[in-house]
Amino acid sequence: MNVFDIIGPVMIGPSSSHTAGAVRIGRIARALLNDEPVCARIGLYGSFAKTYRGHGTDKALVGGILGMEPDDIRIRDSLSLATGQGLRYSFEEAVLENAHPNTAVIALTGKGGGSVSVQGASVGGGNIVISRIGGLAVELTGQSVSLIVLHEDTPGIIATVTNFIAAQGINIGSLRLTRDQKGGLAVMTLEVDSPISPALNSIVSQLPHVISSTVLDPQ
Amino acid sequence: MIRYHSAAELARQAGGQNISDLVLADQAAQAERPRDELYREMRERFLVMKQSVADGVAENLRSASGLSGGGAWKLQKALDEGRTLCGPMFGSALVKALAVSELNACMGRIVAAPTAGSCGILPAAVLSLMEARDIPEEKAVMSLFTASGIGMVIANNASISGAEGGCQAECGSASAMAAAALVEMCGGTPDMVCHAVAIALKNVLGLVCDPVAGLVEVPCVKRNAAGVSNAFTAAELALAGIESTIPADEVILAMKRVGDAMSGSLKETAEGGLAATPTAVAIRQKIFGQ
Repeated sequence: MNVFDIIGPVMIGPSSSHTAGAVRIGRIARALLNDEPVCARIGLYGSFAKTYRGHGTDKALVGGILGMEPDDIRIRDSLSLATGQGLRYSFEEAVLENAHPNTAVIALTGKGGGSVSVQGASVGGGNIVISRIGGLAVELTGQSVSLIVLHEDTPGIIATVTNFIAAQGINIGSLRLTRDQKGGLAVMTLEVDSPISPALNSIVSQLPHVISSTVLDPQ
Repeated sequence: MIRYHSAAELARQAGGQNISDLVLADQAAQAERPRDELYREMRERFLVMKQSVADGVAENLRSASGLSGGGAWKLQKALDEGRTLCGPMFGSALVKALAVSELNACMGRIVAAPTAGSCGILPAAVLSLMEARDIPEEKAVMSLFTASGIGMVIANNASISGAEGGCQAECGSASAMAAAALVEMCGGTPDMVCHAVAIALKNVLGLVCDPVAGLVEVPCVKRNAAGVSNAFTAAELALAGIESTIPADEVILAMKRVGDAMSGSLKETAEGGLAATPTAVAIRQKIFGQ
């Protein structure tokens, strides 16, 4: 904790968990889509589902999907801005089990036809935890530089990816891999201590059996 | 390195200097960044606070629920027309607390201090004193380091979250932080800062978090006004040399125990206190249809 955790963040009100955290979940979904989103289906669970209108959580999530920062004054008008920018959005109640009360599931489709689904919870003070990507369990807070690699479950892939990271002298703070089934779709998430260059990310994304690779900078 | 586990320890380590000097030096060392860079970052936040006050006194400001907005404007008008009970500095502090807190409810840009729900208290205290006494901006910005040092001690030993500790942890902590800033800006000693923190927290011990319809509006906005008046009360007493019988660190631990003992219905769940009154239930049904 430091002084700016106490006097901060600078944010759009009214609630760090219902607005600031929601913006961050939206931003991460956009970053993982890696394209201009044209359609957002947003599922809300728990307190998010019950109070999103009064807290402006809908505006905050859409603002984040449009790429706004948590202190962007345009968040107030994000729903009309979305329509102006060609982003269709919808909200529905999500049926989830054992989820945090402030959880959103965002399914995005991009201009290029790609899609991504992200489940995240706003856990207080503007902090978030991303718990699923593409339906696969992950645990990301967005507080460290993170690398998210979607790949086919195949021998040697962890060694290959981490070798490239080691070669750049980057220290890994956490590594997690989950898969839907043996030989199926897998997601590897790494939290590291120093920046990952676009060049390194590009190398990883072009490795055999890798479907996509995304770098999330702390936000 | 300071661990921010004790207010008394902060005062002891400050010695002859202000707590803000100690906190700034320590934070710069911990972050491995130059002091002036941290100062500039804090000044940025100070400027956002100032802007929030300016934006929050607008006449036609209204929240999505319709429950908040326009209060700061009404009080400012009363102040301009000389219709207030208390003096101009105190009146201006109340206006500013309402302005920032109402702006927060209306999805405006604010600085959480320490939370969004209690964001009006610290800027109201610091800015109204600065304006009334012509205190240089630098002193006001520095007082925010003292406030955040105290905020860290409270967060480390108790809580600054309404869901964990009730409103005492949010508006109470903000009030204690504001009292600390006021004392330092007026030239009080680090020991006086600690007494002000203790007095401010003691006055709101047990305050519950009971937001109507779960929104950060009722009673949060008006509790921000009460929070800044409590900060002035605590600072005024401490600056006169009045001491808190119970030391600040013990009051903070008492606040933690009171928060733990508090029923879950009184900790931001909108199930108890004001949130459970017939009027609040009707408001909830009107907004959320349930």
